[in-house]
Amino acid sequence: MQEAIEERVKRAIAEASHTAVERLAPETTFEELGMTSLDALALVAELEEEFGVEVPNEDALSLRDVRQAVECVRALTTTAEASEAGQV
Amino acid sequence: MNTSRRVVITGLGAVTALGADVAQFRDALRAGRCGIRPFETVDRTRLRFTNGAEVEGFTPGEHFTEKELDLLDRFAQFGLVAAREAVRDSRVEWTPALRESTAVVTGCSLGGKTYEEQAYAGLFGEEKRRPHPLTVPRGMSNAAASHISMEFGVRGPVYNVSTACASSSHAIGQAFWLVRSGAAELALAGGCESPFVHGHLRMWEGLRVVSPDTCRPFSKDRRGMILGEAGAMLVLEPLDAALGRGARVHAEVVGFGMSADAHHVTQPSAEGAARAIAAALRDADVSPERVGYVNAHGTGTTANDPVETEALRLVFREHAARLAVSSTKSMHGHALGAAGAVEAVATALALREGFLPPTANFTEPDPACDLDYVPNEARRAEVEYAISNSFAFGGLNAVLVLRRWNG
Repeated sequence: MQEAIEERVKRAIAEASHTAVERLAPETTFEELGMTSLDALALVAELEEEFGVEVPNEDALSLRDVRQAVECVRALTTTAEASEAGQV
Repeated sequence: MNTSRRVVITGLGAVTALGADVAQFRDALRAGRCGIRPFETVDRTRLRFTNGAEVEGFTPGEHFTEKELDLLDRFAQFGLVAAREAVRDSRVEWTPALRESTAVVTGCSLGGKTYEEQAYAGLFGEEKRRPHPLTVPRGMSNAAASHISMEFGVRGPVYNVSTACASSSHAIGQAFWLVRSGAAELALAGGCESPFVHGHLRMWEGLRVVSPDTCRPFSKDRRGMILGEAGAMLVLEPLDAALGRGARVHAEVVGFGMSADAHHVTQPSAEGAARAIAAALRDADVSPERVGYVNAHGTGTTANDPVETEALRLVFREHAARLAVSSTKSMHGHALGAAGAVEAVATALALREGFLPPTANFTEPDPACDLDYVPNEARRAEVEYAISNSFAFGGLNAVLVLRRWNG
């Protein structure tokens, strides 16, 4: 499951930065990929759509590299699952 | 630059989140009252931000017949209502010759979104086969300019300027130049906007510049802008004509400056903003030390406020420390294409009545914003010159210089 999240986030980053997925390591920064702040906004919107989560503004604007994006989505999907489980 | 004719403001009109007319607007500015609240005209449950600066209690039927409303989207209604107030206030005496040499210049960026959204929803969602046949003329950005010209029989230069958040400052500036140069004998200038439709608000969500709570310009804990809607109009005419007919003068327009950042589509540039301010002061032939008040663009976003502060420091240097700077968007919200007009009215009122409107909701100084922002409480002050800043997405800047009228 964790593997899947990482791969899906990487795919979204690869698409947003017009880069091959193979080039992406956890420590690869958006800056190295030539992504601007506007590209990052588009990426976050794509991640929200892909994972059905809502990234708060402050988090969205602070993401700088692949690892942070993966961690951000992981934290939000865990919260979402937990709250769904809680409702059952 | 030459100043062949002096130009004065003889009429003001405003319908904003702070009230239905200029008197209510002025009282709210003076009291530091904030018009930001949960918006009512759009379903809040499907949006991430829920506060806006809507015009409260606006009943179209009190201003227009049903037949007129068939052609008027919400933004155009605001433009017309504000124009009527400004014209009434100016007591202009229309003659056929004056109507032919009068200009209307409006600032509107979005155009009408209400009917357009209904049309799209019908086409894509409800499979209605045809949108309303008047959707195009209802939504065009120049609708207010055209309806104002028809209402008053104005037949001179009439057009709309669309430069995002600087639209109506560009509009007023151009109208000022038309009157100053003699290309028009009178001008109705201002702007109108209404962004409160679901689809458009969703688009703002994605930009992540709208605050989830309120608008705190220049305050350390600011979280973004708050969208507003408004109509605001000014009547501009040559000083001689105004004095000749015994008109009441609210303030004098003395300068207008423009610039482009040529830098980034959403990130502002201090250098670009500073060039617009410097150009406006040059146009006015006023030295920076004589300016006492700045009605700031002051959106309350992370990006704007420190950059605007830096721009003011670039132009005013040591005098920046003595300037009073406030963002009235903290009270009436960011009315986008109408913002410059709303703020020009606020600036004219501040000069006329001898007070500085505050920056409301201010909690904590930010080291990156280190000027006097008139926090939370209006201040009494007799200022001779004031400027009003507007800096738009796309890096387009417009600045007006106003002077107190001493009679």
